[in-house]
Amino acid sequence: MEKTYAGKTVNISEQGYLTNLDQWDKNIGLEIAKEEDVQMTDRHWEVIEYLQDQYRKEVPLSIRKVGKSGVVSIKEFYQLFPKGPLKISSRISGIPKPVSCI
Amino acid sequence: MKELLILGAGTSGTMMANHLRHALSKKEWNITIIDQEKTHYYQPGFLFLPFDLYKTKQVKKSIDKFIPKGVKLISERIDRIDKDNDVVLLQNKATVSYDILIIATGTNIAPQEIDGMLGEQWHKSIFDFYTYDGAKNLRNKLRTWKGGKLLVHICEMPIKCPVAPLEFAFLADSFFINKGMRDKVDISFVTPMSGAFTKPKATEELSYLLKQKNIEVIPDFNIESVDAENKKIVDYAGEEVEYDLLVTVPTNMGDSMVERSGFGDELNYVPTDKATLQTKIKENIFAIGDATNIPASKAGSVAHFEAEILTENIKRFIEGKPLKKEFDGHANCFIETGHGKALLIDFNYTQEPVKGTFPFPGVGPLSLLKETHMNHMGKLAFRWIYWNMLIKGKHIPFVSATMSNAGKELEETTN
Repeated sequence: MEKTYAGKTVNISEQGYLTNLDQWDKNIGLEIAKEEDVQMTDRHWEVIEYLQDQYRKEVPLSIRKVGKSGVVSIKEFYQLFPKGPLKISSRISGIPKPVSCI
Repeated sequence: MKELLILGAGTSGTMMANHLRHALSKKEWNITIIDQEKTHYYQPGFLFLPFDLYKTKQVKKSIDKFIPKGVKLISERIDRIDKDNDVVLLQNKATVSYDILIIATGTNIAPQEIDGMLGEQWHKSIFDFYTYDGAKNLRNKLRTWKGGKLLVHICEMPIKCPVAPLEFAFLADSFFINKGMRDKVDISFVTPMSGAFTKPKATEELSYLLKQKNIEVIPDFNIESVDAENKKIVDYAGEEVEYDLLVTVPTNMGDSMVERSGFGDELNYVPTDKATLQTKIKENIFAIGDATNIPASKAGSVAHFEAEILTENIKRFIEGKPLKKEFDGHANCFIETGHGKALLIDFNYTQEPVKGTFPFPGVGPLSLLKETHMNHMGKLAFRWIYWNMLIKGKHIPFVSATMSNAGKELEETTN
């Protein structure tokens, strides 16, 4: 599927996650954040950068892993991205939704 | 003589010992394998043990029974790897040097990672079923349990065999129906993921199972602590879920030996190239199975496919040839759905599980992503295959190490 964010057409999955991180830029992230009702601050972007970096290194992510990263505590992660922090921050980051094998 | 050393004599290590004893010249290479355990467990059987579907003797055999002639077994606890000196230190202060090392030390549960999980109630009202003791103690509990609220719970990913918790919930439904007490049991599936199924095709094809079996799904639950006294689990967002019986899959971690050796990630998994299985620690150190950090399922079937490719790459490494970048994350798993039926899934790093026939296109006899009795028979037959073929390093006919798309319905997939 395709969708236009910030004037750029990007490929997204059925659940609304970018399928190619190379198509991502900060303005796209901002528009997705708006859809998720998240007001982005510098702290939010620090987390986004960490997630993208881990994704490029092919490191599987979990909430606990983010909490142990030193970038953000789990409590703060929940404050920054309420309800489903990893799901929501992954979507804003332009990386795939965290999935299991089925 | 040169020395090849394998750490861990579980599924992966034992397979590698068998493969390599055939592949390497006995005149040039000694092979040694180290493991402190005396018993080799058939871990897929831990799913059946709590429901009295398997007996304890069906899931354990002596570890040395599967180590081939010409391979030396050392029964000792491993302290750490000294990678700079190509030597492994044992707890009894002995040292074992190597030219090539394979790390196959696996994954363990780490209930101590969650506040309140390990305590007086551990194996009383809080159980795991990923260990022999956990599965056996849970069996004893279920034999006399009068019913109540059963939570089947995953702490965090990754875990070995990601589908086992779901299978446990399905088998629990069957078990309580057969005991005539299903109306006395509420079954909930609590997961940190967005749902019981997370891939588009599986969600579409299989969501009916949860409804049919009356299993409530509580998604996006990231556990912070267990309140064992008041019998509830609490997540980081403050949400609480009560239980009478908590069957949890604790945090999974690689062996503490990896941490003592000074490498490994936050969960003690060994940084490994996902296509060659050479570690990123040193070129003469390889890793296999659930000890690695590769983004594949931490399941025995993955280890089986990895073993064929790792054997080839060890030969290439010895001959000074470039390694084959061949491992594609191939996994092939039966999923029990209860009442004598099962599903089969076949997938890899990039291809999600889809419908189709397996292993023969259009013929089967097994069906992908669909409940059949034949798949259940396949799952039961697998125990024999495991003990007699898989860990002995024998090739399983018609099933290749890299995934095949033949017989699969791919046209509608998005992944």
